[in-house]
Amino acid sequence: MNVSAPEGSRSEAVAIAAERRWAIVVGGVLLLLVAMMVVTGLHWAAMPPSRVETVDVKTLHIAGEFIESNLGTAVGADGKVTVRLIAQQYSFQPQCLVVPVDMPVMFRATSTDAIHGFIIGTTNVNTMLVPGFVSTFTTSFHKTGEALMPCHEYCGTGHEAMWAHVQVLSAADFFAKSRGVERLSCVAR
Amino acid sequence: MLRASRLVLAHFWVAFVAFLGAAVLGEWQMIVRSPLSTWINNPEHYYRSVTAHGTVMGYVMPTLLAMGFGYAITELALKRPLIGLRWAWAGFGLVLAGTAMAATTVALGQASVLYTFYPPMIASPFYYLGVVLVVVGSWVWVALMAINLRAWKRDNPGAAVPLAMYGNCAGAFLWAWTSLGAAIEILVLILPASLGWTDTINAGLARVLFSWTLHAIVYFWLMPCYIAFYAIVPRAIGSRLYSDTMGRIAFALFLVFSMPIGIHHLFADPEVGAGFKFVHAAMTAMVSLPTLLTVFTIVASVEIVARLRGGKGAFGWVRALPWRNPMMLALTFSFLMLGLGGAGGLINMSYQMNETVHNTQWVTGHFHLIFGGAIVIMYFMVAYDLWPTLTGCAPLPAAQVKTQLWLWFVGMLVLTLPWHLVGLMGMPRRMAYYDYSDPAIASQGSLVVASAAGGLLVVVSAALFVWILARASLPARRRAGAVEPYTFSRAVHEGARVPVALNGFGLWIGMMIALTVVNYGVPIIQLASLKQASVPVIPIGAR
Repeated sequence: MNVSAPEGSRSEAVAIAAERRWAIVVGGVLLLLVAMMVVTGLHWAAMPPSRVETVDVKTLHIAGEFIESNLGTAVGADGKVTVRLIAQQYSFQPQCLVVPVDMPVMFRATSTDAIHGFIIGTTNVNTMLVPGFVSTFTTSFHKTGEALMPCHEYCGTGHEAMWAHVQVLSAADFFAKSRGVERLSCVAR
Repeated sequence: MLRASRLVLAHFWVAFVAFLGAAVLGEWQMIVRSPLSTWINNPEHYYRSVTAHGTVMGYVMPTLLAMGFGYAITELALKRPLIGLRWAWAGFGLVLAGTAMAATTVALGQASVLYTFYPPMIASPFYYLGVVLVVVGSWVWVALMAINLRAWKRDNPGAAVPLAMYGNCAGAFLWAWTSLGAAIEILVLILPASLGWTDTINAGLARVLFSWTLHAIVYFWLMPCYIAFYAIVPRAIGSRLYSDTMGRIAFALFLVFSMPIGIHHLFADPEVGAGFKFVHAAMTAMVSLPTLLTVFTIVASVEIVARLRGGKGAFGWVRALPWRNPMMLALTFSFLMLGLGGAGGLINMSYQMNETVHNTQWVTGHFHLIFGGAIVIMYFMVAYDLWPTLTGCAPLPAAQVKTQLWLWFVGMLVLTLPWHLVGLMGMPRRMAYYDYSDPAIASQGSLVVASAAGGLLVVVSAALFVWILARASLPARRRAGAVEPYTFSRAVHEGARVPVALNGFGLWIGMMIALTVVNYGVPIIQLASLKQASVPVIPIGAR
């Protein structure tokens, strides 16, 4: 007993020292992760949707920002591009969006019934649409061409049929198309 | 043999049979939405199947496994009969009744809302009541674990609670608190709408309440796996546990950090502001702490036996590990999948990178890899390890067990890695049909087929698992002599004093509740007070 006790405490000290070294490494890893989130958040202004804004689902169709004639892409007097759309079982409105390449585009969207969401092609445009709330975010597209825009949240039996399209145009094409048009979309008439 | 062995076996059998059924449904889903199948006639059947698969795999199977394992641990680790055996059977009966009620409702197509509920879609009340019964049955288990721990402590003042029991109770208390979020969502918001008492529901609030449960439930699933890492693996491979205290710290940290992080599932949502999203993201980083500690301690524990077997060098000892031992194989597979899945998880929880993968097939791939892969493979080992004690059979045939583990591991990788990839290519999840003739989607077709092939291996492995257990349970397999007493791992430095805080749960439960209240209190109160957030409900199924 007398012999084994110091031996036991020595090996225990080795174990504790190893654990302490590992704890420091782990602490460093965690700090780095959080620091990365803070830096990219502040420096690149890369943030998930950040504000909470409600909207009355019951009057969505008849009054306010999300009436049918106001949906689609709008170019403001200051040249800012805003896309407004709604999701409903089982389509988006408009079903085909037009946006310019390499310019900030603000999206404002909501749902009229169930929970929906969308992702555009392989871009980072990815949001949820919750009835009663307006999702707002600003993004820019870096490649011209056409991309798919599926609903990515289960919204009922027709969910798999809920796909829209997005056309990313060069700035020249975009502004040529939008001239004289209040709300732009690429829905075939 | 255990006094409660019939009770434990009942839990395990229902869990594993339901698991096999749900695995078959999962594979059917994989095939139906792949290019191997043409347009599904009725997409509702697909969502019905997803609801059943998710409900069984998320609520029924892991809950029954944790309960059965918990009862076994109580008798084996505390070395005395379970207090409240009748209550335990009553809890089991509730889970069984709830499962039957929910399953019937889903099968009839009255509840195709998926296991994540998605209000304002509202299913038949019998579905939600079934889920509530499962949860209430599991609360009986939580109460029994607390009662048994208390009684043992009273009779053994000052003694260290065995590590297996400590982890088991941590899992029980974690579950009690985390199940509360979904319970409130169902009882306060969904059931009144489902019963027709109200025709509107606050969908944003429902999502936040569900997120309280949605992430921490993962750690409830994880607990039996971690108990196996600490309390079974070192013994099963002939080694010792490197540090008993580290195990306790890991279990306690899970209690503290599991709950106040669920809003990381809502990064892309409009009903929560940036501030709380960030706080939850930072807290999510903290919950990787107990896992990183566990990886260190368990690797150190297996290194001991490798060195005793003559392993040398900084990494050379790996070759001297007992590779023929099924437990060593399972642990390795579990760690590999935990590493891959964990790395994916770090991407999901990152405040910004999440936007690339949110709600794509990446997420489905992620949680199948980490839960179905890393965790469920240890559920298999828990069952294999306990089976001789539970049924009196001879140890299970190692060759069959290893075949089953290999099939599961390879199947899971082939299933989930292509799944991650198509997610990065922008494929949304939970869809009954994809139009592979679209040039933008066509390139995903072969990956989806590969994934379905992986799913087939997984189903074969699941069937083999149930077959091995069933065969060992036959009366002819019963061993003549007495079964050796079941033991848990012994620590290298046995009998070390356990700090008071790590021999009980008071401090950790206090922190758990305080952090949850801080991180969820404000969003919940704010959302509950928003008038316009209440929206009309959408009944699902022919009602």
